[in-house]
Amino acid sequence: MSMENTAKTNVTSKLEVIPGHAVNIPVFQLLKEDGTVHKGAKLPAIDKELALKMFSTMQFIRLLDERMFAAQRQGRISFYLSSLGEEAASIGSAAALAFEDMIMGQYREQGALAFRGFTVEQFMNQLFSNEKDLGKGRQMPVHYGCAALNFMTISSPLGTQIPQATGYAYGQKHSPANKDAEKTCTLVYFGEGAASEGDFHAGLNMAAVFKVPVIFFCRNNGYAISTPASEQFAGDGIAPRATGYGMKAIRVDGNDIFAVYAATQEARRIALEEGEPVLIEAMSYRMAGHSTSDDPTGYRTKEEEEKWRAKEPMIRFRNWLIAKGWITEAEADQQMAAHKEAVLAELKKAETVPAPHVDEIITDVYDTPSEQLQVQLDALKAHIRKYPDAYPATAKGVK
Amino acid sequence: MAKMNLLQAINSALDCAMAKNDKVSVFGEDVGHFGGVFRATSGLQEKYGKARCFNTPLVEQGIIGFANGLAAQGSFPVAEIQFGDYIFPAFDQIVNETAKFRYRSGNEFNVGGLTIRTPYGGGIHGGHYHSQSPEAYFAHTPGLKIVIPRNPYQAKGLLLSAIFDPNPVLFMEPKRLYRAAVGEVPEEEYTLPIGKAEVVKEGTDVTVVGWGAQVEVIEKAVELAEKDGVSAEIIDLRSILPWDAETVAKSVMKTGRLVISQEAPHTMAFGSEVAATIQEQCFLYLESPIMRASGLDTPYPLAHEKEYFSDHLKTYEAIKRSLNY
Repeated sequence: MSMENTAKTNVTSKLEVIPGHAVNIPVFQLLKEDGTVHKGAKLPAIDKELALKMFSTMQFIRLLDERMFAAQRQGRISFYLSSLGEEAASIGSAAALAFEDMIMGQYREQGALAFRGFTVEQFMNQLFSNEKDLGKGRQMPVHYGCAALNFMTISSPLGTQIPQATGYAYGQKHSPANKDAEKTCTLVYFGEGAASEGDFHAGLNMAAVFKVPVIFFCRNNGYAISTPASEQFAGDGIAPRATGYGMKAIRVDGNDIFAVYAATQEARRIALEEGEPVLIEAMSYRMAGHSTSDDPTGYRTKEEEEKWRAKEPMIRFRNWLIAKGWITEAEADQQMAAHKEAVLAELKKAETVPAPHVDEIITDVYDTPSEQLQVQLDALKAHIRKYPDAYPATAKGVK
Repeated sequence: MAKMNLLQAINSALDCAMAKNDKVSVFGEDVGHFGGVFRATSGLQEKYGKARCFNTPLVEQGIIGFANGLAAQGSFPVAEIQFGDYIFPAFDQIVNETAKFRYRSGNEFNVGGLTIRTPYGGGIHGGHYHSQSPEAYFAHTPGLKIVIPRNPYQAKGLLLSAIFDPNPVLFMEPKRLYRAAVGEVPEEEYTLPIGKAEVVKEGTDVTVVGWGAQVEVIEKAVELAEKDGVSAEIIDLRSILPWDAETVAKSVMKTGRLVISQEAPHTMAFGSEVAATIQEQCFLYLESPIMRASGLDTPYPLAHEKEYFSDHLKTYEAIKRSLNY
């Protein structure tokens, strides 16, 4: 059998039915909800500087999400998608990577991007689709991307990034530049809903077969828009699926930034030293709606939300930092106030930056615009000159 | 009769179909208790139970594969794909399975009970993943029917026809009009024919053809043309597979001119097929080349949505080009 099929096969004459919940993976946690450490638990080696950077990023994202959600409600941006309650999952994991590692996001990992160094101004330019947006105003708000920060541009269709991560990591593994000290891996984020897509299966299976250095990071936040995890899958979450692919898995408390950091650090070690993919399932809760387009009161209870509010990730990290003496209440509040000032200032600025020039409407479809696209652009510009009032965002630029 | 918007008309059609035949079921992502992200299936789970209106896991290829099986079993599944932009993981199931189920089995089996509902089109600040008009990909697939309604009355009558049509139907809903289009709609069941275009407005100088949300754009363009003294005939194709070449040809033989206005990218949009067929059938009647107003041959942009869109002004200009040729 082993010649044709690498699955281990022990022969038995006893009919045995394997139960559907044979694998039950515990949740790895270091920080308890009150911010104290489990007895005997070993915290990852995180120095004060790194800890404060992680905390500051967390506060920034909390503030950014709150302000931009409000900005959408005021009609200043068309759409927003908050990561409220899941900041530890994205920031803790990004912090455990090397800067050169590729990150492929789904669309709720602004924390990872901010940790990498995406500036407030860059966030705002994307959110306002203005001419300074790296994505040239082409995608809906929150579809960030930045080559300089090794953060792949986000795509709305769910799960498409999962097999792409496998391919990217395969390229990293076989790159001539992939020397011992400079080995890199790819970390790909997705939700427990996206894990139902066919691309999830394809991506994980291929990664296990090809033994590539990729970390599949599932944010299990309990909901895919209105659909609860209980209507998404019948098994014990996402992590046990790794077993079926012959892949290692870790389940971690996604609201515990130290546990997320430690889990990702170990996954990265396995990916690079052992040359194998790892699946991490971070257990969390989407405290906000899916986006500005839905109202969670239509599909879940206040009681459920309150239960999870007590487990939210920022308070426990803050409590730990204060107990450790690395930050004071006042300093934490001052930091938040500074973030607020920066966000408001950049928001105002980005709002007044013009839309991309109309010439950009045909660029990047190909490496250079085709003759046919150039003809279409010329006709469009002639049309805009004829009806400038109908196209106020670009009329000025075509005079 | 009741005043309904397009979503309410869809909801009413589903309600009528489910009341009429208990083998009709509706499902898709967030379709159950929540009633769908646009609320098209609102209240149906409460009324007909979880076995007939339910959430699926988040997997489009699974939704359509499941629907194919359910239809093959003799049911009338109405599967929702949340956005037309997300239909592509199901492309294999639709193109290779749904469309060929009857043909490949010599009619031993069929999935004629299947209806796939999906919102399409732009005008909602959705960028390229919430705005596409992918109807032409599917129009290249023998075995499918494709229906695209323009208003609430059409939506209900055509959806009821689609659900009980003995062939699989892709029913594409203009999401820009979901709440914007309001009109009188009968509360009871009624059907409208699939494969039959409708002359929305009669005219003598030029024929303007469209489907779905674009008909509203054409109406605005024709208002402008009328101020110039032009009499335009407007035709809503209503279904693009099969499509009613006869009605269009008859009109073009009368007016001598044809303009097609479409939202999708210009190259290989469905208007290309209309133009080719009409020049074959009406060559000697045409007084000017067939003109098209379309989206650009680029992905659907966000910041440049207005510039990209084949709006009423571009359609009006196409009418003028046709007349002044």
